Amino acid sequence: MPDRPSDAAITQQFEPRIVAFFCNWCTYLAADLAGTSRMKYPPNTRVVRVMCSGRVDPQFVLDAFAHGADGVLIGGCHPGDCHYQEGNYKALRRFELLKRLLADLGIEKERIRLEWISAAEGDKVRAVINDMVKKVRALGPLKLERDAKDVWLAEVAV
Amino acid sequence: MPEKPKIAFYWCASCGGCEETVVDLDEALLDVAVKVDIVFWPVALDFKRHDVEALPEKSIFATFLNGGIRTSEQQEMAHLLRRKSKLLVAFGSCSHLGGIPGLANLFGRDEILTAAYCDSPSVVNPESGLPSKHYEDDGHELELPVLDSSVRTLDQVVEVDYYVPGCPPPPKLVRNALSMLLAEQLPSKGAVLAPDVALCEECPRKDSKPEQLLISAFRRPQEIVIDEQKCLLAQCLICLGPATRSGCEAACVRGNMPCTGCGGPTSRVRDQGAKELSAIASLIDSKDEMEIDRMLATIPDPVGTFYRYSLPGSLLRRKRLNGHVHEEVRSAK
Repeated sequence: MPDRPSDAAITQQFEPRIVAFFCNWCTYLAADLAGTSRMKYPPNTRVVRVMCSGRVDPQFVLDAFAHGADGVLIGGCHPGDCHYQEGNYKALRRFELLKRLLADLGIEKERIRLEWISAAEGDKVRAVINDMVKKVRALGPLKLERDAKDVWLAEVAV
Repeated sequence: MPEKPKIAFYWCASCGGCEETVVDLDEALLDVAVKVDIVFWPVALDFKRHDVEALPEKSIFATFLNGGIRTSEQQEMAHLLRRKSKLLVAFGSCSHLGGIPGLANLFGRDEILTAAYCDSPSVVNPESGLPSKHYEDDGHELELPVLDSSVRTLDQVVEVDYYVPGCPPPPKLVRNALSMLLAEQLPSKGAVLAPDVALCEECPRKDSKPEQLLISAFRRPQEIVIDEQKCLLAQCLICLGPATRSGCEAACVRGNMPCTGCGGPTSRVRDQGAKELSAIASLIDSKDEMEIDRMLATIPDPVGTFYRYSLPGSLLRRKRLNGHVHEEVRSAK
């Protein structure tokens, strides 16, 4: 079996994987606008369209991290603009507590981000993704999946 | 006379409360004892590991194993009992989701050993000796179990057929589980043998839960005089009833204490802590980021609150490991 690449090698060629949950009414349209306007931003995000940022169950975020995401970005409508009145406020409340919980579990606060981006703000999508990719790249890989294989499973291997 | 089904009970990383709940079956235990042959139960009967090893494979009808798995010995016993049993039941919160000992997953193995054997104020250990796998004293040689880097649920080590939730499981659930299994009315594999609804459903204070609930500061039980009739969430206590499986008939709430979540999640939820966090955080009565943070600061320990019984069984399973743990595990192998 070939040797596993060293930590240093992984960090050097590291391309962050960022899972983005964008709301159907604002941020997803903004991402669409960024695309049709030919704005350039790094291809490190995988966008998942949800109906509302309030639909982002904290389980989605944890699942993304557990399955190899290095960062999670949540995008919703600006305060007061939610298509469902209050969904983005619920997202904000959950996000603030989730950030603390993740910090206690050793996941840095820069790896999770909530942004209000309206349908007209294609440029903000670009700026936020640029900035987040830069910050997560500097933090290095999260490696939770690798931990699961190397430590978690190795220790109980029969 | 046909042979009676063989039953085994075993404990791993647990406190002994689950053993107690078997005794709490009272007279029902005598009925059970007539119907079955208990072949292994270290807390009560003098059978040894070699007695289990001598049994043919799959000859035990059901083993009820409580406690999480956190040492090499517990791993071995889990595998041994799995081989010898037709049905393996994860019994109690620790075995089901990791339980209170599962919060050890917030620390590394070195930190735990140093805290327990060196830094604890009641420990006298001038040479800072730590347990080692191999030990020699006076010509005697001993092989000791190794502490794993993490606490695991039973189903993260061996295949599990059923789960009986609770810390400890309520006697009623135990009675039902035993009679269901003994009557060979086997539910589908992987079933949690408890009602699949949230605790609020069977809470005696259900009717006093307001339609809309908004909270600006959470209180801890010792800080207030708790009204014995009113919904505990409405009294600003963190009651995890909305995101916890029922089956205990709201025992804690009847004792005027909020639910802490030992029943685990319902079948629609993968990660109980995340769902509890979601339910509790959305009650915050503010739309302003700073104010929300101030209100949420009244929850001092989110992991210990929301993952009190389920950290090893959660999506992330433990606090993130750092580099040296990799090396430790590699060198132990």
